[in-house]
Amino acid sequence: MEKSLNWHEFVITRAIKASGYSAILFVALIFFFLLRESVPTFGEVELTSLLNPRWYPIEDYFGILPLITGSIIVTLGAALVAVPFGIGTAIYISEIAPRWMREILKPLVELLGGLPSVVLGFLGILVLSPFLRVFLDLPTGLTAFTGSLLLGGIAVPTVVSVAEDALDAVPRAYREGAWALGATRWQTIWRVTLPAARSGVLTAIMLGVGRAIGETMTVMMVTGNAPVLALKLGSLFSPVRTMTATIAAEMGEVANGSTHYHVLFFIGMVLFLISLGVNIAASSFVFRAKKRAERILS
Amino acid sequence: MVEKIVIENLSLQYSDGTESLRGVSLGIQEKAVTVLFGPAGGGKSTLLRCLNRLNDLTEVKASSGQILIDGKNILDSKTDVIALRRKVGMVFARPVVLPLSIRENLTYGLELAGEKRRLKLDEAVERSLKLAAIWEEVRDRLDDPAIALSGGQQQRICLARVLALQPEIILLDEPTSGLDPISTGKVEAALVELKKQYTIILVPHSVQQAGRTADYAAFFLQGELIEYGEGKSLFTAPKEKRTEDYVTGRFG
Amino acid sequence: MRRIFSANRHLVQRIGFTGITLMAFATVVPIVATVIYILIQGTPAISLEFLSGFPHDGMRAGGILPAIIGTSYLTLGTAVFSVPLGIAAAIYLSEYAADSPLTRTIRIAIINLAGIPSVVYGLFGLGLFVLFLKFGTSILAASLTLSIMTLPVIISTAEESLRSVPQAFRTVSISLGATRWQTIRRIVLKEALPGILTGVILGLERAAGETAPILFTGAAFFLPRLPGSPFDATMALPYHLFVISTQVPEMPIKIQYGTALVLLVFVLTMNLIATVIRSRARAKRQW
Repeated sequence: MEKSLNWHEFVITRAIKASGYSAILFVALIFFFLLRESVPTFGEVELTSLLNPRWYPIEDYFGILPLITGSIIVTLGAALVAVPFGIGTAIYISEIAPRWMREILKPLVELLGGLPSVVLGFLGILVLSPFLRVFLDLPTGLTAFTGSLLLGGIAVPTVVSVAEDALDAVPRAYREGAWALGATRWQTIWRVTLPAARSGVLTAIMLGVGRAIGETMTVMMVTGNAPVLALKLGSLFSPVRTMTATIAAEMGEVANGSTHYHVLFFIGMVLFLISLGVNIAASSFVFRAKKRAERILS
Repeated sequence: MVEKIVIENLSLQYSDGTESLRGVSLGIQEKAVTVLFGPAGGGKSTLLRCLNRLNDLTEVKASSGQILIDGKNILDSKTDVIALRRKVGMVFARPVVLPLSIRENLTYGLELAGEKRRLKLDEAVERSLKLAAIWEEVRDRLDDPAIALSGGQQQRICLARVLALQPEIILLDEPTSGLDPISTGKVEAALVELKKQYTIILVPHSVQQAGRTADYAAFFLQGELIEYGEGKSLFTAPKEKRTEDYVTGRFG
Repeated sequence: MRRIFSANRHLVQRIGFTGITLMAFATVVPIVATVIYILIQGTPAISLEFLSGFPHDGMRAGGILPAIIGTSYLTLGTAVFSVPLGIAAAIYLSEYAADSPLTRTIRIAIINLAGIPSVVYGLFGLGLFVLFLKFGTSILAASLTLSIMTLPVIISTAEESLRSVPQAFRTVSISLGATRWQTIRRIVLKEALPGILTGVILGLERAAGETAPILFTGAAFFLPRLPGSPFDATMALPYHLFVISTQVPEMPIKIQYGTALVLLVFVLTMNLIATVIRSRARAKRQW
């Protein structure tokens, strides 16, 4: 009986260990397959023409610059929305709201995080975009600005939950020390609590931005899908096209193995590397902050 | 009297540099209460955790020496550690009841060992609760969650839990440190009864408890065994100065 | 002078607090408004026929049953692959892994999986499952793709849940003669289960609402029959909503809102179940 128990346990332990390593396997697989299908791009398209400001695959123009600027401008706009509202809401929930309000707000924000992006895009088309067209007197409501607003809304739950955790983790003693010195709660928040939670809040912003860059459906539905270089401030109020929307919109129509196909995978690889960079930066931030905290507290 | 356990030149050091044992040699008499006492960091808990190989779970940097139980070295890699832990039971400082009913807490070890017969399990439950002097208090609520009991009752459940496996040796690491005097008294009284059948090693939480309960006593200081002797004589007339200083309260 | 100064500070606080409070409400009110608006606009479309019938007239009439069934299949398929693997990986990280460079690499890998854009998962799924492994555009390919995407969520919530079980339980269990796996199965996993379940449901909720990963791996716009095997393509609610709101001319608005409502209800129900499990478990905890 003991013997069979040992064998049974051995197999299970091995399976558990293998599962643990699986995450690394999947990241490697994703990287590999993106690489496999995107590398042919370099054989088929000149590097300089990739950096062309013209994206018109039908006539073999594969300039990805407009797509990059499209993603940047929409993401920046989203950050401008998500950062103040996200951090503000986090401060409210963590420092100002009474307990009963907190119990209502936290699930509500979590609910926002669960809303499918296609639903938000849908409302964007039917409600937000006509409204903005009238309200801002624009030729069309499908603009980068519309996308930014919705993307900001999508990124907010991420920002709120990570920032709120960070603010919550600031030891009570810090706040009490400030109050004892005569600071108002408002002053305490800005001069003591927020700086103390600085690394967590920055992580929240980075993760929120990461979420915004990677969003696909919403931007595809409301940003107008015009691959034009977005360099002026005014571009915010005209249609653009993001990298993610490009892949989603055009992948269904490409021939397997064509140049267009490879370039789309190339764009996917760019997105993968961007998210890799953001996440490594965010986690090294947290790691360094934890080390600093350990040093201070030891 | 027979020496149940023989510890030969045991040395051990943890990876994080805390507590260690240095060349400890000691014999534990069977069917008696041996008390390991001394100031914090002396190695007493470390020694206990060696006796049931619980140290296997911690990061140990180096260890050497032997521990012979009934003549066999339990530190040998071929030892059946699972069987050892049933033979050598441990009660911890804080009462830790498993998140189960009282009955399930007691049958946990037996079910792990493969015992499935309802009759045997019920017998074991009643027998061990009686030995731990708590049968009358809980006999009507065996299926209630164990967490509902008071601290003192929980600790006696932990003792019963060990007894259910019918061990030969019982280790107790400051078992009454969180308990009130009445509960402490109940536990000490149970030990007096239990030593007729089991070999008991106790780390007390005060010198007074050591004096009350010890048949034999060993004084530990910073990982070394300073003195060992019969309980009656060690506390009243210790041979080593350091023992005397500690027992009389000059340091600690 | 002193009194003006302190009055000033409190005024600043008043204004500041009001501003922050308004911000918080400005964030939350649109959420509630969105849900209510969809509820109001979509309910007129809901009928037995809508929920149990097939689409007619190029989606402009009839029901959305195949999309509902399709999303259910995809959610189930995702669960089949991601739940056992995710929980096992969480058990590894919580109960077995030492703090080593390998473990840290695993954690970085998990964080990265969590951050990859959903459309890139779609590309990956296309490259590996649809083309290389030749599963074709199928429920299988889409489920596998969604599973890898859902894995990080399940692993991190499950690990947190396992870690929250007090260490003392493990020590006691081992001292009573249990092996590590017996301890995990009988005590740790049992106690962590509600938390794990909550994480699983929230992860699956996300998978159910995603469009981009299934765009090229399993979603089809119109299928005359329900899918018969995992190798068939399927309709799905999020994809259906996307197409009818952007690519079908003269699509009745009522049906669009109705579809959005059904998707919302699907997703929010899962959210509700997860929240209920979480609060009931918290109340019943024995430690």
